[in-house]
Amino acid sequence: MDLLNAFVALMNFVVIPASAYGAQLALGALGVTLIYAILRFSNFAHGDTMAFGTMVTILVTWALQGAGLSLGPVPTALLAMPVGIFGAAALVLLTDRAVYRFYRRQKAAPVILVIVSTGLMFIYNGVVRFIIGVDDQSFDDGARFVLSAREFREATGLQEALTLRTSQAITLITAVIVVALLFWFLNRTRTGKSMRAFADNEDLALLSGISPERVVAITWIIVAALATVAGTLYGLDKSFKPFTYFQLLLPIFASAIVGGLGSPVGAIVGGFVIAFSEVTVTYAFKKVLVYLLPDGWGPDGLVQLLGTDYKFAVSFAILVIVLLFRPTGLFRGKSG
Amino acid sequence: MRGVWLFALVAALIVLSGVMQSWNVALGIVNMGLVSAIMALGVNMQWGYAGLFNIGVMGFVALGGLAAVLIGMPPVAEAWQAGGARLLAALALGAGVIAAAALVWKRMAPGTARTLAMTVLLIGGFFAFRAVYDPAASAIEAVDPAVSGYLGGLGLPILLAWPVGGLLAAAAAWAIGKVALGLRSDYLAIATLGIAEIIIAVLKNEDWLSRGVKNVIGLPRPVPYEIDLQESAAFVEGVGALGADPVIASSIAVKLGYMALFLAVLGILLWLSQMALKSPWGRMMRAIRDNEVAAEAMGKDVTRRHLQIFILGSAVLGLAGAMMTTLDGQLVPTAYQPLRFTFLVWVMVIVGGSGNNYGAVLGGFLIWFLWVQVEPVGLWLMQTITAGLPETSALRTHLQDAAAHMRLLTMGVVLLLVLRFAPRGLLPEK
Repeated sequence: MDLLNAFVALMNFVVIPASAYGAQLALGALGVTLIYAILRFSNFAHGDTMAFGTMVTILVTWALQGAGLSLGPVPTALLAMPVGIFGAAALVLLTDRAVYRFYRRQKAAPVILVIVSTGLMFIYNGVVRFIIGVDDQSFDDGARFVLSAREFREATGLQEALTLRTSQAITLITAVIVVALLFWFLNRTRTGKSMRAFADNEDLALLSGISPERVVAITWIIVAALATVAGTLYGLDKSFKPFTYFQLLLPIFASAIVGGLGSPVGAIVGGFVIAFSEVTVTYAFKKVLVYLLPDGWGPDGLVQLLGTDYKFAVSFAILVIVLLFRPTGLFRGKSG
Repeated sequence: MRGVWLFALVAALIVLSGVMQSWNVALGIVNMGLVSAIMALGVNMQWGYAGLFNIGVMGFVALGGLAAVLIGMPPVAEAWQAGGARLLAALALGAGVIAAAALVWKRMAPGTARTLAMTVLLIGGFFAFRAVYDPAASAIEAVDPAVSGYLGGLGLPILLAWPVGGLLAAAAAWAIGKVALGLRSDYLAIATLGIAEIIIAVLKNEDWLSRGVKNVIGLPRPVPYEIDLQESAAFVEGVGALGADPVIASSIAVKLGYMALFLAVLGILLWLSQMALKSPWGRMMRAIRDNEVAAEAMGKDVTRRHLQIFILGSAVLGLAGAMMTTLDGQLVPTAYQPLRFTFLVWVMVIVGGSGNNYGAVLGGFLIWFLWVQVEPVGLWLMQTITAGLPETSALRTHLQDAAAHMRLLTMGVVLLLVLRFAPRGLLPEK
């Protein structure tokens, strides 16, 4: 029995990675849920919006690195992120003008908008692959660890080490700041309130003089910012590869639906539910169990519920459970 | 009339590529065009008749491919001895646990006791399943992994795989439809996206089933092999009389054989779909699509009808998938890309004209032709554009490498343009 080592191993391999991943999913799901609340369709191009914003960020990061600029221990990408947000916002606003607005005026059925967004997904994806290529891109710099394995072992004398990578720490801090700003904006500012009014009841909002085009434009800008931040953090934490961002669509939608499409709080909770389930189910618990059980009782196998190749099956299973038993999600989103 | 002209145009394009490139290329386009037309028919049933957005076409097509392996390949006796029975037992156990959980949910009174019973059953069942399944799977995969390492198939004629592929896809569609239909339309899209990813993950990782990324090659064929034809005296004599080279003639003869089979399937399916669309059932489907609330008020069970058409359309996709794998002669799980197998089929349906079966067939041929021909054209275009740049220029190599990704962009733009300016497609629904 070695509770302390077991706890540290669990923190190191499950809790910290899942928290960082959960924060990234939550930011992604917030974007999906906001589009759903205001524009009333599921935006399948969201994953590739993330990829586009991240790509701009990476290109600017490389330029900054080339110019010799850096933030010391903090990744240079954070400095480049505002430009990435600007690029993604320009892209989605342009898309809205050129594509979505037409269907909005027509009052097209949501399913048409979904098809249109899949078309855009491929266009964005093509643009990203065209500019930066299909390969893995690494753009992480600065200090690699806030707390490295050696430091932790020396300080505590434990066998297991608790490490905290810079990217994980930055993910969590940035996510908290972004979410706080978003909620302050939605609840306290006049524009944010008009957005919520528009989401609740479009006709009433129009009657009270809220300009729909303005609300829509602001929503797109916020979504572009959320997508770029989520994408950049994910890229820093893991790596940037255009196809991965397409694949993130499933866990992101699962997060938004678990929480309830259209509910911002739900999107955050959903992100963490999906991330923790995914990491827990695909983690090999052998190490933790060896510490917990008496000597010689340790398991022979890896005690891994599912291989990591099936991590999407976890999001999918949770999605199915929610659709079967509570289609409106945990926080009673707009859909029924 | 318009339809006749458009079909003639596509035929002329294909003949042109036969004259300009080679008849082998042209026949290759025709064969995949036929398969694409069948896929487009399947999606057209779901979208055109009923307005269902299935974004997991790839998954159903891949299930058809799996059927070709499971039916056509000879069984691997040592692998069956090593763990075949145990593996089947594990699968039966897994199915039993799910059925028992569903039964608990239906029969017990709602409440904490029911939730608890179901959760315990599912979690316990999962571990029991893994306990039986894991050793069986690794025993099978250990049997000569370089050449087999999987159970093989039933060794039956490969043509039988086509309907079986349809059945497999139909079963998957039933499961998904039960969960996601009757809710918002977007939910079906997300659920199908998920199931497609998972089906591909299973094909890539379950080596005992499909050899995973090691691929299954050398599937039996419903038509003769080129080499046999070349060795057959009668064939060589026959083509010699026509003044053709036996090597080229044999490969053309094989392609013609596939073409005849595919044409027969497409003809039957097209006839069936036309009859269905004209029947009272077809009218009811379109009525539901156009106004669900009114149809429901008329006493139609909308969710049930949706489930029915979703299963039918997916079965057609599975059938087409099995045909395609038969044509390829191999199952390559990594080849299933969402762009190629989901999105392209959607572009076919929307360009051809959603709701019109002939439109779907036309779209299948036309878009497949463009898909094959756009890449050389794109490469040529990029080479022309970059011709002024120096040989060593980084921009030049980058642009030429990137030409391959132009397909994504082109297809996306085509879809958006058609949706916006000609939403009814080339052959509109009557």
